[in-house]
Amino acid sequence: MPKSERKVPALNASSMADVSFLLLCYFLMVSSMDVDSGLARRLPPPPQNEQEQSSVDVQRRNLLVVLVNSRNEILVQDQQGTVMYADESELQGGSGNLAMKDVVKEFVLNTSNSPDLPQLIEEDFGPPIGTVPVTTNHVISIQNDATTRYSAYIAVQNEVVRAYNELRNEGARRYFGTSYEELTVDQKGQIDDLYPQRISEAEPKNYGGEQ
Amino acid sequence: MGKFNKSGKKEVPAMNTSSMPDIVFAVLFFFIITTTLRSETLMVRMKLPTASEVQKLEKKSLVTYINIGPPLDARLGSGTQMQLNDRFAQVTDIQNYIAQEKASMNEADQPLMTVSIKADDNTRMQYITEVKQALRQAYALKISYSARKGEN
Repeated sequence: MPKSERKVPALNASSMADVSFLLLCYFLMVSSMDVDSGLARRLPPPPQNEQEQSSVDVQRRNLLVVLVNSRNEILVQDQQGTVMYADESELQGGSGNLAMKDVVKEFVLNTSNSPDLPQLIEEDFGPPIGTVPVTTNHVISIQNDATTRYSAYIAVQNEVVRAYNELRNEGARRYFGTSYEELTVDQKGQIDDLYPQRISEAEPKNYGGEQ
Repeated sequence: MGKFNKSGKKEVPAMNTSSMPDIVFAVLFFFIITTTLRSETLMVRMKLPTASEVQKLEKKSLVTYINIGPPLDARLGSGTQMQLNDRFAQVTDIQNYIAQEKASMNEADQPLMTVSIKADDNTRMQYITEVKQALRQAYALKISYSARKGEN
């Protein structure tokens, strides 16, 4: 017996695209909602033995000490002088103080070639930067008390990173004519070498706090 | 009317949409399952500090999270607690946790592992410092202080 040849009508699949796009949009929104962001840091490797821990020697002029005490007061000190901030909202300046980022920038740059600021050493960074004097050995040491609030600590870290970011942006403008964001990976590397982030996070001590 | 108009009108048969809900439900279940698998339920309260210079952590599979803050459940007190995966933990558990997370990663990715410290902004630094020291011991040296983007 021959089969009756009835044709099945083709399925109208035109709205399938709409459905899948809808789901795609939903997926994209949901998956990108909780992107974590933060201040990236690199910790030093653990000390191999007890002696090594205290063997790092830094010249006094190359050191900028940032202290955050138990009342979240901030003290920024290098050999040139000391700046105090009563709390984290004052870090931007105001109340007669220089903004903290400007203190850090002046410390890293040492434009005046002052003997109280880090030593300037001539170094070659390749074209188009060439050989320029930089403070290769500077260290910014962020120290905190055991009872310091985390938010104050982050605010201080943020100001230091802000100072470095502004320096790098200025460097990118001067040598490449664009902002740091628009540089290629190699050019970014050059600028990073020019202004390396040298931040040290010390062990906790008790500064001006009740024990 | 015209000669193109055939007298015997053929109707397009109605589309069979009965399987549409099946497809949608299948995809919906897929999403529900995958999203709940990845994110853990929070057991500590975190109000992240704000910072203006934050960087985004790009590869999610390389990031390990440490949550620090007072517990959500008020019966557990208001002291700072740490949550690793889905349970409370002590600072001494960090080494094992990091080793576990590292082992579950691709070998090529292991040096790129980043630990994101998500801590409440009212936490005392003592706790953070202990966590940092433990991370150093565990050789998880790339860390990120999680913060919301904003002015401060």
